Amino acid sequence: MIGRDLLAISDLTAEDLWKILETAEHMQEVGRRDIKKVPTLRGRTIINLFFESSTRTRTSFEIAGKRLSADVVNFSSSGSSLSKDESILDTALTLEAMAPDVVVVRHGVAGVPRRIADALDAPVINAGDGAHEHPTQALLDLFTVYQEKGHLEGLSVAIVGDILNSRVARSNIHAFTKMGAEVRVAAPPTMLPVGVESLGVKPCTSLREAVDGVDVVMVLRIQLERLSGALFPSVREYAATFGLDREKLRYAKDDVIVMHPGPVNRGVELAPDLADHRPSVILEQVRNGVALRMAVLYLIAGRAPAPIAEPKQ
Amino acid sequence: MKRVLIQGGRVLDPQSGRDEVCDVLVEGGKIAAVDREIAAEGCEVIDAGGCWVTPGLIDLHTHLREPGQEYKEDIASGGRSAVAGGFTTVACMANTHPVNDDPSVTDYILDRALHDSPARVFPIAAATQGLKGELMTEMHALVAAGAVAFSDDGKTIMDAGVMRRVLDYAHGVGRPVIVHAEDCTLVGEGVVNEGLVSTRLGLPGNPATAEVIQVARDLHLAELTGCHLHVAHVSTAGAVDLIRAARDRGIFVTAEVTPHHLALTDEATLNFDTNAKMAPPLRSAEDRDACRRGLADGTLDAVATDHAPHAVQEKDVEFTKAPPGIIGFETAIPVVLDLVREGILSPLELIRRMTINPARILHLEYGTLTPGVPADITLIDPEKSWVYDPAKGYSKSRNSPWTGKPMQGRVVSVLVGGEPVYDVERGILTP
Ligand SMILES: [Zn+2]
Repeated sequence: MIGRDLLAISDLTAEDLWKILETAEHMQEVGRRDIKKVPTLRGRTIINLFFESSTRTRTSFEIAGKRLSADVVNFSSSGSSLSKDESILDTALTLEAMAPDVVVVRHGVAGVPRRIADALDAPVINAGDGAHEHPTQALLDLFTVYQEKGHLEGLSVAIVGDILNSRVARSNIHAFTKMGAEVRVAAPPTMLPVGVESLGVKPCTSLREAVDGVDVVMVLRIQLERLSGALFPSVREYAATFGLDREKLRYAKDDVIVMHPGPVNRGVELAPDLADHRPSVILEQVRNGVALRMAVLYLIAGRAPAPIAEPKQ
Repeated sequence: MKRVLIQGGRVLDPQSGRDEVCDVLVEGGKIAAVDREIAAEGCEVIDAGGCWVTPGLIDLHTHLREPGQEYKEDIASGGRSAVAGGFTTVACMANTHPVNDDPSVTDYILDRALHDSPARVFPIAAATQGLKGELMTEMHALVAAGAVAFSDDGKTIMDAGVMRRVLDYAHGVGRPVIVHAEDCTLVGEGVVNEGLVSTRLGLPGNPATAEVIQVARDLHLAELTGCHLHVAHVSTAGAVDLIRAARDRGIFVTAEVTPHHLALTDEATLNFDTNAKMAPPLRSAEDRDACRRGLADGTLDAVATDHAPHAVQEKDVEFTKAPPGIIGFETAIPVVLDLVREGILSPLELIRRMTINPARILHLEYGTLTPGVPADITLIDPEKSWVYDPAKGYSKSRNSPWTGKPMQGRVVSVLVGGEPVYDVERGILTP
């Protein structure tokens, strides 16, 4: 069973993942109504504690919380609320004193949500920590693939891009391998972590090899600022070798889908026409993100002893 | 003249090779005799039954933080923690504020130690001014003031030309250069060992190769200059192999390993515990096992704690921002006793690496029970079970990965110059 917190996909079992996906299906139904709101978390407070800006993820959590009738409060480091001199634990404890029911944490350094969870009474959801994990992104990706393909076991998934520095890649590797999918990772070797095979994936050093016969290609955003770390020589060379376009996608299965956690660098990791049209499912991912985060908030905040309504079947 | 008889303990004196149950007589602060059944008449008697009686332990790598960072530790608290861990002599690194790169700082440390510390303290001076890795320090003047070795520990002298001149000059001074060997361009942002754990956690990795490359360079420079090179806190199988081969070629190199690199692996960081963050980092099980073998076969000469106190608020931060290092005096003996229990080292060989070997590296007269030397003696109960709580220890800091852990083996009594300075029941016995 998922624990008090949701910190990492690596902590979860396949059974936990299925339970979250099933709950997300119910939540998806709510999103299709005229009035997209249920009273499930009325009177509960969710704090979004974002030490690193991410409008997309924060907004997704905010909408998810509001659709469940929770009160959602945002704290972000760009505002004055999180000063540089205040330690993360002080900040978290200050928020704790305001008695939230859930704290959603995003931080640029791996492990911070876990340290905050250790310090707080309230449950913590990891909304991305450094290059460690981004569990709700992987869950929404899993959910999207499940809805597209109708099953997960036996699928082949290629993850392309800066695996070394990607929390999305780590969480997705754990999520898809736990569900019985085959996972390949592809990047120039400077962007593959040492011993990546130990995570149960097959490393590939060409895009052609990676996409050969796959059901899903997951393209990661290239952090252009990584150029300074000299992980790749130029955007042009990266786009030519690991940028995905329809030509390179020919080697995948006919019904392949293309995913991206956004925002896309058009023409770098993904050709522009591919970003905007099938087989890419990027907007489905965004849509599913809300339902999935509703499911997670429900499973975590809805556990507290107050009376709650079951989501409508 | 005051006479103390330490009776019936297992006396371990690596210098003489003695390992037998017998008595040690202390007279006028010096070792007077080591023999069976010495007459107790007129003596204050310490019953050492069931205990090891060893020369006072020597720690050649510590950070006492004074002057400048007394909120972490000072010479008084560090000295108390040292004797509570059985260390009667410690050498302290130069990365204080101001840096110990000037005889006035060396003087200050020695003066504080004389008045405040129950343990003997020997300063290690900086090898380069301000630890900047550029201009060498006034080594003759520093040795005259009391420095016993040179080190920019915490930093690596990356410029090979500077390092060559430091070794050449120190050779003329007749003192070792102690290196913290990590190629910082390879370390990069790395905060944990590069390997399966860094891959899993998504934390920047520090490859073993960063240490191996730097040790290789420094061994070649030691060969070129003839200077005594001492490699601090060896953590990799590759470095152990290089040092072994260099020793075989006749290069003047010695090396140390810490209790934490002997006991722990990078798996201790899996929960993001900043008290498992060190420099060099905790490595793989293969590296740890190679360090154990290196210690057993004598490639690694000494166990040194690298006692590195940091305040709670400094460690309780993001993993990447936390300073590396842990306190180590009071856990050293129980942690390294595991090597004896696992049959890796005999008690005598373990004690050799914590007494006479570090004494020789630093040219100190301590570390033996030879009659006539100052009576620095440590009594260890190798079986005693206890639970480590840094809050009950003597360091000002609490950064230890062994907090709350069960321990086996404990220092029970310590004499410095024949005077009892620590007893496990009564605590520190000097002001
Ligand atoms: Zn060091």
